[in-house]
Amino acid sequence: MFAVGAFALPIAAGVAGTLAPAFGFLPAIGGHALTLDPWRELVRWPGFVSSVTLTIATGVAATLLSLIVALAFAAWACARPWGARASAWIAPVLATPHSAFAIGLAFVIAPSGWIVRAVSPWLTGFDVPPDVATVGHPSGAALVLALMMKEVPYLVLMIAGASAQVPVRESLAIARSLGYRAADAWFATVLPRIWRQIRLPVCAVLAFSLSVVDVALILGPSHPPTLAVQAIRWFADPDVRSWFPAAAAATLQLAIVVAAIALLLGVERVAARLGLARIEHGRRDGAGGTVAAAGATFLALLVALAGASIAGMALWSFASQWRYPDAWPSGLSTEGWMRRLDGLASPFATTLAVGAVAVAVSLALVLACLEFEQRRAKRGPPPGLALLYVPLLVPQVAFLFGAQVLLVRTGWDGALVAVVWAHVIFVLPYLFLSLADPWRALDPRYARAAASLGAGPWRVFWRVKLPILAKPVAIACAVAFAVSVGQYLPTLFAGNGRVPTLTTEAVTLSSGADRRVIGAYAVLQALLPLAAYLAAASLPERHRPRRRGSRS
Amino acid sequence: MVDRLLRLCTCAVLFAALAAPVRAQSPDRDWSDVLARARGQTVHWNAWAGDEKTNAFIAWVGAEVERRHGVKVVHVKLKDTAEAVQRVVAEKAAGRDGGGSVDLVWINGPNFLAMKEQKLLYGPYAERLPNWRYVDTVRKRSNLIDFTIPHEGYESPWRMAQIVFVHDSKRVRDTPKSVVELAAWARAHPGRFTHPSVRNFLGATFLKQALAELAPDPSVLQRPATDAAFAATTAPLWAWYDGLKPALWRGGTQFPENGPAQRQLMNDGEIDILISFNPSEAAVSASAGLLPDSVRTFVFARGTIGNTSFVAIPYNASAKEGAMVVADFLLEPATQARAQDHRQMGNFTVLDPAKLAPEDRRRFDELPRHPALPSLAELGTTLLEPHPSWMTRITAEWERRYTH
Repeated sequence: MFAVGAFALPIAAGVAGTLAPAFGFLPAIGGHALTLDPWRELVRWPGFVSSVTLTIATGVAATLLSLIVALAFAAWACARPWGARASAWIAPVLATPHSAFAIGLAFVIAPSGWIVRAVSPWLTGFDVPPDVATVGHPSGAALVLALMMKEVPYLVLMIAGASAQVPVRESLAIARSLGYRAADAWFATVLPRIWRQIRLPVCAVLAFSLSVVDVALILGPSHPPTLAVQAIRWFADPDVRSWFPAAAAATLQLAIVVAAIALLLGVERVAARLGLARIEHGRRDGAGGTVAAAGATFLALLVALAGASIAGMALWSFASQWRYPDAWPSGLSTEGWMRRLDGLASPFATTLAVGAVAVAVSLALVLACLEFEQRRAKRGPPPGLALLYVPLLVPQVAFLFGAQVLLVRTGWDGALVAVVWAHVIFVLPYLFLSLADPWRALDPRYARAAASLGAGPWRVFWRVKLPILAKPVAIACAVAFAVSVGQYLPTLFAGNGRVPTLTTEAVTLSSGADRRVIGAYAVLQALLPLAAYLAAASLPERHRPRRRGSRS
Repeated sequence: MVDRLLRLCTCAVLFAALAAPVRAQSPDRDWSDVLARARGQTVHWNAWAGDEKTNAFIAWVGAEVERRHGVKVVHVKLKDTAEAVQRVVAEKAAGRDGGGSVDLVWINGPNFLAMKEQKLLYGPYAERLPNWRYVDTVRKRSNLIDFTIPHEGYESPWRMAQIVFVHDSKRVRDTPKSVVELAAWARAHPGRFTHPSVRNFLGATFLKQALAELAPDPSVLQRPATDAAFAATTAPLWAWYDGLKPALWRGGTQFPENGPAQRQLMNDGEIDILISFNPSEAAVSASAGLLPDSVRTFVFARGTIGNTSFVAIPYNASAKEGAMVVADFLLEPATQARAQDHRQMGNFTVLDPAKLAPEDRRRFDELPRHPALPSLAELGTTLLEPHPSWMTRITAEWERRYTH
């Protein structure tokens, strides 16, 4: 578990490096005494109350809605044979970075955007776009929608993974024989049993939604913005004294996430009581079916929006001109791509290299962990494994600033190595989460058979386990690579702004540059992880996981 | 009178500062040393990257400087110049007084003042540049005085900026001639005008423009703002803004983040008038397909605020000589003529045509024309930037009044 510690420690150091200035201590810029002044300044900021409210409202709404839609979809899909295949359909959505969707969605839902263009002016009579806010609406609705586009598919896959470990088909069959419809049966018999396994992903979604920076920059309100965005703004202020309220805001962000997770665990108990009461009551009104159908419809809508977002950006990257109210560009050409090829090449190469190295390093560590776990024999997962989830739960702003000071002190800031390291912190947990289940589910008889033929543990690892698990390994690597491609804040901080990737460039440009250029970046940003995913998915399946339940 | 004396003193100090190093050593030998040391260096030029034309220009500069002087330029793309300032501050905090990550930074105004006050800049170096001799220091006073702060050679100019307004001539017939008329136009066409976020320099400059027109005594803007002066001077500004805000795009509850975002709104048909700091904005953007061909440019009768963009070298830069070579290349007449070409970047030159050789002057005379491109005469009077303290206070006061 040395590997896990090596990643948890810098986070602890980073959080400490953020906490100290939050209480006025940062000697380098003249903060020598412990004081509450940073907090006073934070609270006195005119947008404070609105910003905190907005942060909590958008984070909680995105999480709750995503969870409801994902559960409803799972309940809907359980009775349909092609429901399982729908999971494969949404996997590409999972591979695409948040910011690529956010950039595309901004165009799709804007008052002068694609949807309005498609029906104007012939249907709506809008000769000029309506003067109403969608993107950047003070409520943060656009931000919630963009988060849902990614979080629902993520939760659906997590639910599918968890369901594979319980006897879904049998449970449903029994419940249905008792007169429950499929969706109701799923809610009553499967959900309670998989909740324990999806609790952590839900917490990760909650932590992420509360503290996301890039999506909030692109789609969230800016006046005032969410707390995380405001912290980043203060960190970027030319007046270094702004670092104090920035650190206070980042610390408050951490407190909000911790409180929200605690609240979620509290709500979980209440919900469990209510759910149990409902099950005991034995209601068979089919209400679950309605919820499930609504969830499936909503998911279809989200996937359609996701598709339109990327398609819109692809179209923009080839457009010569595309003005309101045209539903289609007035001209298409490859000239823009040709002209921008030079500019695109370097961030493309950096994204590829950082992603590949971060995934390779993480894969080595994860495989080492998993092998270690199996060779320890029947003692279960080693202690300290929970630390792996720390990067998924601690808001990035809360430790990246402290980590940056650390990097600058050691002279590693701006180096490619630092960026790779920052990516590994986030890539590793996802790689572990994706790989642990198939690895642990591998039938131990393969290894035993090989061992009985005289193969040592290493030979079994290289010649038996790895080849059989080649596809799950490749898919886990593709997921991890997608995580790396999508990193914005860690790249910005560790790279000191000097290691531009497709994502940092796209987010920078999204603040207003030519949409034809943004389109090119967003498309590449989406294509790169997708290509990795498709390559992994095209590998032949060579193992049959040992299953207790059915896969539905 | 005191004001004039003060200004005279400033000039005297400035001239002394400019003259000293020139007298101290032979400039030519000095410069060949710089060139020799610059060869092989890599300059990390930190520059705001929100404009593709400017990015392309910076890339071209990099290619040229590498070809001619063996100096490699890496454009570190910023969302906000403050990011570079922060980086240098962080490096100083960490005790990295050499081998810094920022070699050259596109800067002016408050960011420059912040770096200069904290002694984060290398220099004075501007007057050591051979091409400094062409710089217009008489009619373009902003080349010497950056937001009322004499830069004393700690930064070198590279392009001029002046507030202009771009309108769609198909939709706007009578263009406003003052901020008061602009507010009246906005009220007559609700939702069709906005300004960039006040946190953005362009948004803040729009408020400064209004202040320059509305202040009871505009001369106080040239001195640091005091509490008393601020309240009295800005009272008419807030009264005017209260009348304008409800008529703005989205009812004044949302603002585009920066100039290009505002331009995208115009291209999307959401607004009819936009503010720009580049007099060639309309011509440049129309040629690039970023705005309709029907866009034209106007300014206000009593003039608009103008300033100069500079490049500065942080005190801990790793490639100081390379950075100076780039700064000097930016001042070359051929470079400046290319920068002013509206097909390239379209930024008016910082040079004085009268100081140029005839063949260099011709480069400017022969630049292509465009119906949306204003002539120097049409651009009218350039108003000076107020002291940076006004911008800081206006921004803070605006946040206080209009953030809920």
